[in-house]
Amino acid sequence: MRRGSIVLLIVLGLAGCSTPRDQAAVAGDLTPIIRSSFRARGQAGLDRLEQTGMQRLCSSPQADALPADLKQRLQREALESVRYPDDGRWLGDWQRGEQIAQSGVGLQYSDKPEAPHGGNCYACHQLSGSEIAFGTIGPSLYRYRERNEGGVDSMRRTWERIWNAHAFNACSLMPRFGDAGILTPDQIRDLMALLLDPQSPVNR
Amino acid sequence: MTPRSWLARTGAFIVVTLASTVGHRGAEAADDPFSSYRQMLGEDNPAELAVARGEEVWKTPRGPSNASLAGCDLGLGPGVVSGAYASLPRYFADTDSVMDFETRLVHCMVTVQGFARDELTAKPFSERGARQTDLEVLTAYAATQSRGTTIDVPQQVRQERESYARGRALFYRRAGPYDFACATCHSADHRRIRLQELPNLTGAEGARSAFEHWPAYRISQGAVRTMQWRLSDCVRQQRLPELVFGSQASIDLITYLGVLARGGAMDAPSLRR
Amino acid sequence: MADPMKIRAVAQADQVEVKILMAHEEETGLRKGPDGGIVPAHFISNVSVRYADREVKRAQWGPAIAKNPFMQFAFRGAARGAELTVTWVDNRGESRTDHVTVA
Repeated sequence: MRRGSIVLLIVLGLAGCSTPRDQAAVAGDLTPIIRSSFRARGQAGLDRLEQTGMQRLCSSPQADALPADLKQRLQREALESVRYPDDGRWLGDWQRGEQIAQSGVGLQYSDKPEAPHGGNCYACHQLSGSEIAFGTIGPSLYRYRERNEGGVDSMRRTWERIWNAHAFNACSLMPRFGDAGILTPDQIRDLMALLLDPQSPVNR
Repeated sequence: MTPRSWLARTGAFIVVTLASTVGHRGAEAADDPFSSYRQMLGEDNPAELAVARGEEVWKTPRGPSNASLAGCDLGLGPGVVSGAYASLPRYFADTDSVMDFETRLVHCMVTVQGFARDELTAKPFSERGARQTDLEVLTAYAATQSRGTTIDVPQQVRQERESYARGRALFYRRAGPYDFACATCHSADHRRIRLQELPNLTGAEGARSAFEHWPAYRISQGAVRTMQWRLSDCVRQQRLPELVFGSQASIDLITYLGVLARGGAMDAPSLRR
Repeated sequence: MADPMKIRAVAQADQVEVKILMAHEEETGLRKGPDGGIVPAHFISNVSVRYADREVKRAQWGPAIAKNPFMQFAFRGAARGAELTVTWVDNRGESRTDHVTVA
């Protein structure tokens, strides 16, 4: 049996052993339940319920404690998924970036499919110093430039993080804004400017 | 300070105080301006209007069978409403399935009153600005009849335990373009989205704060909203397709929450953001 | 006929405290409905509370009042057992009247 399969079986086994009740009932195959419990609506089709390999692995209640080599594999695959800017331009316009960070529109069945998506960054992060309606699911990005000097390396790392945060943190809670097609490369450039432009309110 | 940032600060301040009071009822800071508002409001809650209508609808003979819901068995015996909400979901032998309150209510409206299931479940939730649906007001009424009752969602029967296990697995299941599971937002203390605190639904304290307070009068909706509604609105924001009303997944998730919430005391309908 | 109000009136020391919860959709006339058209304005314009032959509270409201309005006030000159009459009228001429006995 291949090493990867053994690791996968161990992970699934650990997940199965974790039920707290003394009579540990098993969830079993959720597929028929899921098929009958959801309905396609608007732009949200039933295909959204199918899991990728990463999603399946990261659905364990012990996703924080995945074996080290499994984490490395997920991180490597995520890094390989990144598409860098084709013209070498990392930065866009921070004012547009702020609008993208403020907007939570996009991909819900209540959203118009043709409307531009937001990144909803403020849902989870602090960014600009003057915006106090920010979430705490992710770390504060206030004064991001101070901690990430603005050279090509930090541009590339920031781009990679936005494109697919699993590149640095297997089973990250952060959506894969580039890899999942949530934001366009131009929108990511604008967010890069929000984070790295010295004139951006994030850095002033 | 620019006018725009002043507006953001003020607006955010109001949202902060509203969020903090609604999220932690009974534990407001001394300098919270909403505590005096809540004191004035006392126990009053616009949900009372829905509860009053719900009681009327419950007791009135209706439907093709021209019967009231007096004969409905919510798990504590036919006609017993008092305390029943606090021990749902549970297994019912007559349907050989685990049912939450709202699915059991539909079952009673179909079997006792003769209503057609499809008509009841086609639009279970009222639109913004429209009159509350029968399901919403009946849920508000039944929940009030369990106010103060200790939550005791059972795990005696195999199907109840399996429902819990499936609910837990669904809770952690990551899917969709955002890779969101319920756990993405609800698996740690002191997380918030923008200024809205998120209960940690992996433990008793957070599960109780959620389970005790739904159904709720949701100020932002101007209506009483139920637990089925709360789940379906989360699922929408997870960028997933629509969670079907009364579906197995919805029941299993409610079982999972209810079991974790055991020992808490129902206090619904409550007043939420 | 509109849904009934929930009214509580309690005698306290030398005054009566009255709390009224009114069932009304309170449309501002600025909101767009699901079909994209403006939902017409529909809001309570006048509230009147009477005891015996006097009006003890009068309110003139506009579209800024929230859905299912809650109003609280106190007045002197009545005691336990007194009967109060509460009436609201809205911008379409619809109205609702309910009575309460002071507890």
